[in-house]
Amino acid sequence: MQQLEALLREASDLAEGVVVPSAAEAEVERVMKICNACRYCEGFCAVFPAMTRRLEFAQADVHYLANLCHNCGACLHACQYAPPHEFAVNIPQAMAKVRGQTYSDFAWPSSLGTLYRNNGLTVALALATGLALFLVMALARNGTLFHAPLAGDFYAIFPHNLLVSMFGPVFLFVAVALGLGVAKFWRGISAGDPNAAAIAETAHDVLKLKYLDGGHGQGCPNEDDANTLARRRFHHLTFYGFMLCFAATSVATIYHYVFGWAAPYALTSLPVVLGTLGGIGLLIGPAGLLWLNLQRHAQHGDAAQKPMDRGFIALLLLTGATGLALLAGRDTAAMALLLALHLGAVMALFLTMPYGKFAHGIFRTAALLKWSIEKRTPNPVGVGSE
Amino acid sequence: MKQDTSSTPDVLVIGGGNAALCAALTAREAGASVLLLEAAPREWRGGNSSHTRNLRCMHDAPQDVLTEAYPEEEFWQDLKKVTGGRTNEQLARLAIRESSRCRDWMRRHGVHFQPSLSGTLHLSRTNAFFMGGGKALVNAYYRSAEALGVRIRYEAPVDRLEVVDGEFRAAWIGQERIVARSCVLASGGFESNREWLREAWGQNADGEWPADNFAIRGTRFNRGVLLKAMMESGADTIGDPSQSHCVAVDARAPLYDGGICTRIDCVSLGIVVNRHAQRFYDEGEDFWPKRYAIWGRLVAQQPGQVGFSVIDSKAVGRFMPPVFPGAKADTLEGLARQLGLEEQAFVRTVRDYNAACRVGTFDHTVLDDCHTDGVTPAKTHWALPLDTPPFYGYALKPGITFTYLGLKVDERAAAHFKGKPSRNLFVAGEMMAGNVLGQGYTAGVGMTIGTVFGRIAGASAAVAARNEGVEHAAA
Repeated sequence: MQQLEALLREASDLAEGVVVPSAAEAEVERVMKICNACRYCEGFCAVFPAMTRRLEFAQADVHYLANLCHNCGACLHACQYAPPHEFAVNIPQAMAKVRGQTYSDFAWPSSLGTLYRNNGLTVALALATGLALFLVMALARNGTLFHAPLAGDFYAIFPHNLLVSMFGPVFLFVAVALGLGVAKFWRGISAGDPNAAAIAETAHDVLKLKYLDGGHGQGCPNEDDANTLARRRFHHLTFYGFMLCFAATSVATIYHYVFGWAAPYALTSLPVVLGTLGGIGLLIGPAGLLWLNLQRHAQHGDAAQKPMDRGFIALLLLTGATGLALLAGRDTAAMALLLALHLGAVMALFLTMPYGKFAHGIFRTAALLKWSIEKRTPNPVGVGSE
Repeated sequence: MKQDTSSTPDVLVIGGGNAALCAALTAREAGASVLLLEAAPREWRGGNSSHTRNLRCMHDAPQDVLTEAYPEEEFWQDLKKVTGGRTNEQLARLAIRESSRCRDWMRRHGVHFQPSLSGTLHLSRTNAFFMGGGKALVNAYYRSAEALGVRIRYEAPVDRLEVVDGEFRAAWIGQERIVARSCVLASGGFESNREWLREAWGQNADGEWPADNFAIRGTRFNRGVLLKAMMESGADTIGDPSQSHCVAVDARAPLYDGGICTRIDCVSLGIVVNRHAQRFYDEGEDFWPKRYAIWGRLVAQQPGQVGFSVIDSKAVGRFMPPVFPGAKADTLEGLARQLGLEEQAFVRTVRDYNAACRVGTFDHTVLDDCHTDGVTPAKTHWALPLDTPPFYGYALKPGITFTYLGLKVDERAAAHFKGKPSRNLFVAGEMMAGNVLGQGYTAGVGMTIGTVFGRIAGASAAVAARNEGVEHAAA
């Protein structure tokens, strides 16, 4: 009888346009209600203080909280209700499942959201495409992958304008797709208007990875309940390595267009120094993250998303490794081959950016910004203030 | 017979919660070799400590997470008040003073503190909260103990002790005999021993055994085995064997380990009725943090050991959100049906109460002037009529936190036999809390006693083991 009532209710909800939560969303709602009656984890991160501002966890709240969670794992090990307790509270896992769903649901164009679900395949195909494209182009243009040393002149292999015409549109597409996706997410969680203080705080929290410090500065768990700062540090190497590589390309672009200085640049030039440092970051950072990912406690996060995590890490690692190899071999006969490999990896990285793990940074930044806005307003629940 | 073949430890610690870990760490720091026996499997280790959240802590000036000051005398007066004088002033003051000194030591072993949680502002001055709660503390202590070389065995329930003339010789796990030079007992009370609870609470006039309907808020492993073993060995006891700390929890709470989140905190905002839809106690007698611990016993005294906390929508958001959704209805009749109460009787009770409400200026932060006039029992504060649907109802049952019966100790935490302290057998935590806390409770004091006497017991046990070694060498 109760089942029938539930079915009837569900049917009428559907008819009235009431949002029926997914299983992953319903699980977050369930565990958040348990946490809200306990609150022991308030000091770990922003998720729990944000939770205490709510009594109900509607879909938008669940999307917001799921992306606010950094999957650090501290609350799982501290939880008196974690499995094998019958309440089976596992916040990192419940949040990760919804997070994966939001990446897919808010993807632009929405039809490409499905790429998240088979992300390992997506990344593999993108990489194969990227590599094949540049190898074939190098062969077609030059007749061979090996050539007399060209003193690092990439443009003898692929002219500058050709590369711009290929990467420019891809880069623009990535920016538009991620921008539209996160804009839809932002509207969905009705985040409010940011002020300067909120923006500054968000920038600080993102750039420092504040919420991987465990709330006490000693880091967060990885393979067991011991705290470690390793994940934060390897992520920093990865992120800042990536940014340095991006800066290297940007500086080179300015050199090219503004000053008319053509590549190749000297080893001591700014683009090469930035790129080298960035490449080293992209080598050590992702290698460390991959190692940590392989050691990670089985109950942290969503096992189904591990291929996506590792695919992205591998692409970053490959980008860094091929970039450094190219630098090392740019004066040799293998430059064309190395260049094709590097450009192929970079192309795959960019192509999959709006439909892979890269999105976590964008969505989490949005969630952190909402938190920075929200925490500056009075708590609408106010339990305990009276 | 199987003998523990590895080297005989100096100090054997029996138990695996906060007090046991504090004892093991302190004994190890004093240079003793330590073996800790935890009855539970690893995933359930830590006993009731896993459900705790803070430590009541003396301090003379603001500290990291503690506001203002909480001097010794005020702490002592608070303790005297809640225990109704059933406390040992010497031991209580020892616990209070040491509470001001133990947090650096706790930090060294990996415990982190956080500001008082939202909804617990009233504790920000007196109680230091553990970041992540008691389980995080327990995890940190186990990790530190392992790093220091304390040997730890899980699923090692000691079932008897060999005590000769007040002196510890060995502990037994089934057929296995474990010897040590000294021993710390820190294995909790008997609250999860159903038979013992049944015996302690007895049968009521209706022929019910009230304890059969109790939830145990903490671990299922506190079966009082060693408490009983010590009593049989002639150890001196303290505290009322029939008393326990008992709060009203959601009737849907699990049988064990429901912890803090099953508490129902809306009692003072509405009314509470029994199975016959009758009110039975002043819901607004005093501030909820001061009164929540009487409601377990009140509900236990009702037929079927069940009560129903009823509020209307005015109360929503004014109390800690309950873990399970309440029954919810737009009419009192509908709520009665959902709660399984006789409709007419319930509606009459609410109407009588509503009619008796003398509403002044509602203020939940003070003992306000909203009270009833002409109903029995009266509601003396925060009495607002239940008139704004939807109405909510939560079924309540008694939840046992801990039992008060313990073993008598002195300032060295030594167990006593006929008034004489044992040379090498020490007690810490819930097993001796009754020395300080003969009755009543105040937030965080259990962890204060566990931490202070755990450390004292560990230090005493290390000294006792060393002295025995010296005696042996001299002999």
